[in-house]
This record gives sequence, structure tokens and C-alpha cells, in this order.
Amino acid sequence: MVIENRPPVTKLTIPCGVTKGPSRVTLVLHNLRKELMIYMKQLTLLSPTAILGYGFPDSSFERGLSFGPDVIAVDAGSTDPGPYYLGAGKPFVAQGAVKRDLTYLLRAARTMRIPLVIGSAGGSGARPHLEWCRDIIIEVAKEEGISFRMAVIPADVPQPYLREALWDERIKPLGPVTELTEADISDSTYLVAQMGIEPFIKALDGGADVILAGRSYDPAVFAAFPVWKGFKEGLALHLGKILECAAIAALPGSGSDCMVGFLEEDRFMVEPANRERRATVASVAAHTLYEKSNPYLLPGPGGDLDLYQTEFTQVAEHRVAVKGSSFRPKPYTVKVEGAKKVGYRVITIAGARDPRFIEHLDEIIAGVEERTVGNFQWEKGKYKLMFHIYGRNGVMGDQEPHPSMGNEVGIVIEALAETEELAEAVLGFARSTMLHFGFPGRLATAGNLAFPYSPSDFKVGEAYIFSIHHLLSLERPDEIFPVTFEEVRS
Amino acid sequence: MKSLVELASVIRTKNAGPYELTIDVIFKDRKIYERIKKSNSLDASVIARLYGVPESDIITAIYFDPACAFKATMNRKVPCGDFGEKDIYGAQQHAPLLDLAVQWGDEDDSDS
Repeated sequence: MVIENRPPVTKLTIPCGVTKGPSRVTLVLHNLRKELMIYMKQLTLLSPTAILGYGFPDSSFERGLSFGPDVIAVDAGSTDPGPYYLGAGKPFVAQGAVKRDLTYLLRAARTMRIPLVIGSAGGSGARPHLEWCRDIIIEVAKEEGISFRMAVIPADVPQPYLREALWDERIKPLGPVTELTEADISDSTYLVAQMGIEPFIKALDGGADVILAGRSYDPAVFAAFPVWKGFKEGLALHLGKILECAAIAALPGSGSDCMVGFLEEDRFMVEPANRERRATVASVAAHTLYEKSNPYLLPGPGGDLDLYQTEFTQVAEHRVAVKGSSFRPKPYTVKVEGAKKVGYRVITIAGARDPRFIEHLDEIIAGVEERTVGNFQWEKGKYKLMFHIYGRNGVMGDQEPHPSMGNEVGIVIEALAETEELAEAVLGFARSTMLHFGFPGRLATAGNLAFPYSPSDFKVGEAYIFSIHHLLSLERPDEIFPVTFEEVRS
Repeated sequence: MKSLVELASVIRTKNAGPYELTIDVIFKDRKIYERIKKSNSLDASVIARLYGVPESDIITAIYFDPACAFKATMNRKVPCGDFGEKDIYGAQQHAPLLDLAVQWGDEDDSDS
């Protein structure tokens, strides 16, 4: 049986910032309704925000809860912000922002007695990210006086394990990358693999109220609970693919607003919690394209999500239904990610307004580069120097179709070197050389560059690059994702 | 010929993982989409020419009916965050598409 556009049955308002919880009667009603809906084969999933710590409006979250979700799930990670965060073991969302979101989520999940699932903890989902997020959860639990059973699932791949996998030829390049080498493995600071739904299911089997996972395949964070409840994997994963970015799939889109998913036997529906947004066929179908190479076949752990038969239908003003998506099992593989340190980066930011300087800019850059090479000849091969020219082709480089310049340009000079001292020395030399560089017809002999700051040079710190982006075959889906349980008591 | 900007409601680029850049063009309505798809005005060679890369760098170039969209995915110039990076998220690489004029079927077609 399927219920169309059902109104929220139980109006459940979670007091955020207020200590009083919903009444016992409300809770009993909510739980009865929940059992009934599962019996009738409909599950409700709440995705509060695109990335844990990106936030959401109170009113959206409350309305999301009023649908009586069976689970709250949130993705906390991405490789989009680049290799630094994985390589350095640092989170890319601020501690305070993550704590704010977790306070709402933990309070709501424990009041409603529904699981809270968090994937790709701390952004990159390696050990330090996981521990960082676990500390925040425990801090919130103490402050809020709530207790729960938490499953923690690390996603780190031990170097010896990966070396063995390399010898056993269980690892292969994913996309345009080269074959993995032993050096890639030993040079990587952190190595993680994207887990599928199976370790989450193990955590649910073990009675977890809160699941905190390291690096995860984004849709798995949402699909695990429904699959555990007996729903179809294809639809659950496709729903997860849409929910993992929360209201980004709505119109107007937002990365900091809630999305609600309703999963049934043969279809699912999505609706933004905020009434100012709508899910439309165009917005939801377009999101299926997002960040993927091929929109019809989305590869993930253990198989492909097949969207060849997928149909999107507008079933209400704010709600879209999706059916036809299926899961095609394949030998079980997971994506492994790693990053390695390549040195230190120092930059400077400057503007230039002199038309003659701008006219001769390419010669000037070539001249500064030549002087730098000469000045640091004994450090050859230990550093790299680059000029980003904003106002000409700072964004697209040599792919810029209109590399013309206006009245002024912005210049970022970047030095990357084996040591921070060398990066500073090279950058400082290039900066001062460019500042006073002579060129034909120069009138402004006091200096070529306008610096907005003192100091003019900035230490960016350690620089990393991605070192591993490969597929690893597993014998068992949870082979490298050990699930541990802890009782959080306040 | 018609400017792509007139026909599309979304023209965007984004990383598809750290090694690939993906282009999405979502057309304003199904009629426009079907017409573009029928004339195959967008394909791997158009994208390769526009971005000045060999066609072998274009991994997929595909029409996606459910979203009235054309999608092309290419190798990134440098992997996300490597030395020489200009756009970590790859979200501002769509400008060449804004200049593109595409085949628009027969000029005397009553629909044009």
C-alpha cells in the first residue's frame, strides 16, 4: 500500500535551544506511526544538510522532523576541497559549526529514538577526522545529558594491507591515474577507502543508536538503514545519491537546508523541508548528473546504480517521485584515496595598475623567472614558482577563450618548495624582483606592484597532492571496516 | 545557429572526483533538448575543440533524457590541488560554453 502526499500525521516539534522535549503522548504516537509506516512499506529519511557543519534553518529542521523520520543521516565529507585535508588529517569544516549541527541532530535523534548515521567524518574520514568528530559527539552528549550506543567505523587502509593487495593484484587505477606503486603507498600520510552499506548494517545489527563512520560512499550513509529494513538497494542508493547533498537538489538549491526522502517498495519521493524550495523533475534529475562522469551508471561499492530505466514524476508542487532505478551487483570493490606531502607553499597577493607594466607583463614574468632560476641555481629542482594573473586568465589558464586585460590585474605569486625556508626565500626574491623590475617605457620607477597587506607574503603551510585514487577488490564488504561499539553515558 | 546560452537553463562544470572535470548543460525544455539531441549539436569533438584538448581526453559525452541534459566528462588539466591548479572545485570552467553557437536544424523550420 502506498500513501500519496500524506500530511504529516504527528506534529512533532523538537525544541532546539529549549530543554523541554515532546510529550510522552506525542512520542508514543510517533512511534506507533513509525511502526505502521514500516509495516506499510514506507520509510522516511531526513537529510539535514549537505555537509555536516554547513548548517540548516531551525524552521526547516523542525518541519523535517514533523514528517516523523525513521532515520537522520548526514554526509560529512568530500574530496572536492582538494588533497590538503586528507593529507594533513585536518577537518575542512570548523569545529564550532559541526558541534552546532550535531547538537540539533543528536538531540532530535535521541528524543525520537531514531538512528543518526554520519558518514565520512571530519571531511576526509581518516583516523584523525574520525576521532575529532567522535570528541565533538561526546562533548555534545555530556552537555545535553544524553546517552546512547555508538558504533564507530574507521575507514583507514593500513599500508601493509595495501602493499599486499598490490602484490596480489587486487588494486587497479580508477580513471586517468597511473598504476599504483609501493612508493605511492609509503609516501601517503593517510589512506582511506570508501565503505559501502555493509559495515553500517553491521552497526545497526549491533544496536547502534548513533553510527559514526570514516570515509564512506556518500549514498551508502543514507541507503544502509532502508536496506537493513528490507528495502531495495537500487532505489535506496539513488535516494541516497540525492539526499547526500540535501537541498542542493531543490529549486532554489541550497547546501545548508534540509531534504526529506520517502522510500517505498517501488519508488521514492523527495521534498525539501523548507516550503520556500521545491523539488522539481528538473532539479532532481539534474542532481543525478552532479559530480558524476556518466549519469546512467553510477559505480559504487559492490556494484553499479543503473539509471537507464529511471523515471522522474512531479507528484505534488514540492515533491518529486522517482522509480525504475536498480542495482547491478559486481565483484566487490571500494575506492581507495590517499594524499602525500609535496612540500610547503608560500604566496603573495598584489595588484598592478600601470598600463605599461600590464602591456609588458609576459616579458616581466619571464624576466623574474629567469632571475629566480639564476639566484637559486644551487636549489634547482627543489622548488617551483608560478604566477596567477587574475583579470587575464587566472581562472582558466591557457584554456581561457578571452585572455584580454583591463585597467588592472591581480597577481598571485606562488612558491612551492621542499622546505618552508626555501619557499619563503624563493617567493620573497620573486616578489621583490617583480616589484622593481625594469621594462621598456617604464615611468613609475618606485615600484610595479600594489600590496594590500603587510606582511606581503603568506605561509600557506604544508602542500599535499592526491597520491592514490584506485579500486581495491575486497573478499568481504566489511573486510577493512571494523565496527566497534561504545556506550556513551552522560 | 543558436547561442547555447539562449537554449540552456544550466551551464556548469564541476569536479567528478579529483581527476575529472564534468560539464552539464541542462536545456530549458524537452522540445529544445530533443532538437539538440537529434542534430547531435554537442558531442566529444565540440567539447574537445572548445577546451583545446585532444578528443581522447573526453571520457564521456552523453545525452541524459531524464534531465534534458548533455553531459561531457574530461580529464582534468592537473589533478585537483596539484601544482598549477587554478580551480580546486572546477566550478568556474564553463566560460567557453557561453560563447558556443550550436546547430539548430533547418533554418526554415517553422519551430525555429
